[in-house]
Amino acid sequence: MNDTKKKTNLEINQVINQPYKYGFETQIEKEEFPIGMNEDILKLLSEKKKEPPFLLQFRLKAYKKWKEMTFPTWANLTIGSIAYDQMKYYSIPKQKKKIESLADVDPEILKTFEKLGISLDEQKKLSNVAVDAVFDSVSITTTYKEKLAKSGVIFCSISDAIQHYPELIRKFLGTVVSSGDNFFAALNSSVFSDGSFCYIPQNVTCPLELSTYFRINDKESGQFERTLIIAEKNSSVNYLEGCTAPQFSENQLHAAIVELIAFENAHIKYSTVQNWYSGDAEGVGGIYNFVTKRGLCIGKNSHISWTQVETGSSITWKYPSCILMGKESSGEFYSVALTNHYQQADTGTKMIHLGEKTKSKIISKGISCGFSKNSYRGLVKIGTNASYARNFSQCDSFLLGSSSLACTYPYLDIWNPTAIVEHEAKISKVSEEQLFYLVQRGISVEQSISLLLSGFCKEVFTMLPMEFATEADKLLSLKLEGTVG
Amino acid sequence: MNSILLKIKALDASINATPILKKLDLEIQENEIHVIMGPNGSGKSTLAKVLAGHPAYSVSNGTIEFCGNDLLEMSPENRSHEGLFLAFQYPIEISGVTNYDFLRISYNQKQKYYHKPEMNPLEFMELIDIYVKKLKMKNEFLYRNLNEGFSGGEKKRNEILQMLLLHPKLVILDEIDSGLDIDAIKIICEEIIKNLSKGSSLLVITHYPKILTYLKPTFVHIFKDGKIITTGNTELVQKLEEEGYDSFS
Repeated sequence: MNDTKKKTNLEINQVINQPYKYGFETQIEKEEFPIGMNEDILKLLSEKKKEPPFLLQFRLKAYKKWKEMTFPTWANLTIGSIAYDQMKYYSIPKQKKKIESLADVDPEILKTFEKLGISLDEQKKLSNVAVDAVFDSVSITTTYKEKLAKSGVIFCSISDAIQHYPELIRKFLGTVVSSGDNFFAALNSSVFSDGSFCYIPQNVTCPLELSTYFRINDKESGQFERTLIIAEKNSSVNYLEGCTAPQFSENQLHAAIVELIAFENAHIKYSTVQNWYSGDAEGVGGIYNFVTKRGLCIGKNSHISWTQVETGSSITWKYPSCILMGKESSGEFYSVALTNHYQQADTGTKMIHLGEKTKSKIISKGISCGFSKNSYRGLVKIGTNASYARNFSQCDSFLLGSSSLACTYPYLDIWNPTAIVEHEAKISKVSEEQLFYLVQRGISVEQSISLLLSGFCKEVFTMLPMEFATEADKLLSLKLEGTVG
Repeated sequence: MNSILLKIKALDASINATPILKKLDLEIQENEIHVIMGPNGSGKSTLAKVLAGHPAYSVSNGTIEFCGNDLLEMSPENRSHEGLFLAFQYPIEISGVTNYDFLRISYNQKQKYYHKPEMNPLEFMELIDIYVKKLKMKNEFLYRNLNEGFSGGEKKRNEILQMLLLHPKLVILDEIDSGLDIDAIKIICEEIIKNLSKGSSLLVITHYPKILTYLKPTFVHIFKDGKIITTGNTELVQKLEEEGYDSFS
């Protein structure tokens, strides 16, 4: 019977220690910058991308601020030093000519995305999702551009937007996350290379789900992408981002910014399935993921919802937030963060209530296995003018094994006496009794754990768009199930 | 001629190096009802857990044969597939997993084990509906999270639903009477007896003599200090009620 126990523990380990499936590297010819960063590199970058002068000024200003800033140390993370001057800030696949259609894209890159399960061929693609594919520093292609254009929706890479819609960029870029907001935001604002841009005009419900797929391929380059989504009055859009990277023993840096702006009655739903390479079982390698995501509900009754499934990265530092300015505007944050081996995650949200009768809801689920560290950090701020604001927060942690760590840091900052703020937190473990009950009914240990965890995450998974809910489920079971993958 | 379902021989079992079962012998044939009674801490529930393969218990000596196979060599899930069913004293609650999904997965695992086709959610609906009606349960019961917020009686009834679904050969009732009032105990016992598959046997673990009026046992065993000290019929219970466990040694 002792053997049975050993076997159970062994099985649990097998279940949660699935190898990373997306760790391959694509061999392509690259065009890249010399290592390091300085003003000349930024000028070269801006020139290379044929940017208007105001953008170079934006970059240089951010760079100046960044140089004076220091690395934030308040998070519950242990981070080795990052050699910013040993990094390449620009790496793109070499192109012989301008890409007009998919036929001009390097077949190796297309194959890479195929292998990741992202077909860029519109014929084979899911018929209701448009995709922008970003490979290292550059957007490869955006599907369904024309179909979207018919309804007035602009969906393209941010580089394209800078060239074709400079006025929109000048008006909105950096308005939600200012270039000096934090260390990584300043770094991104100076060197961001590509990302997605999306504009939904007034009274338009975006006819397709929009999606960006980020792939880091290069070993020494960081990825600094920038996403900007603007939803005008009475419009709505669903957006999903996915991320993977090859397996290297060095850490790579990913510092992104996402800005969302919702005007009166507009709805933005932003979902992330993050599966960057998380390092090996000993904690060597993996992506450092430092991301600033923030949405501004500027209009009355506007709504922004963040859903994230974070399974990858060696370190995750990420707090998708909502600034609820418009009267009766609302924000939501649904999160599942899974950490294994030596992964560290410090993630959560900020809900800043400024307008009257604003509402927010936070549902966070953390799963920690192995020797990992998983923290929820969230701020609910109710400003003096936010009368009758409401917040509900629920933060649940799930521990698998006895060497992992789960922490919850809820911060409340309330300046209006009419506000109602609720917080619930719970930490649970897979109990031997739960497993015993399920295996007694003929369900294997492996399946039982995955059943327990999918039950634990259900509230969040149901918030993902239909097309991606199964993807997320698959991703989680890939990390958790021995039979899949 | 009945054949032997379960044969326990000189079984020693312990938890955290503390011996609980000591040289236990027990034989159960088809179509029998065995009741094990004993004071708290005598090892009754340990027996149930050892039979079902709870990982916290270890067997140091003895053998257990189940339908002619070595039970101790079988994984807990295979014991279930082979027809061993433990009705839990306190069924576990699991949030986010509906009773319906749980029942279907459990059923399909058994189908898979016997190389039979698994059922999709629609097909399974027809099957489970028959049992739900048989137990006069409400349909909404299926869509609530597994045992979450169920009353004591509902939890026990849900155990019987699983028993119906899995057609076990040996049903172990571990303190089925705990948390139930007298009326509920009566109803649950009657339903278990009525719904036992043909040829199946019951092993009832209790310290509550009342339950025996509803179950009509073939044998009553008095359990003390990790083994059976006396075996008899319902008359034993009378002696027990009058003189207590101390009169047996």
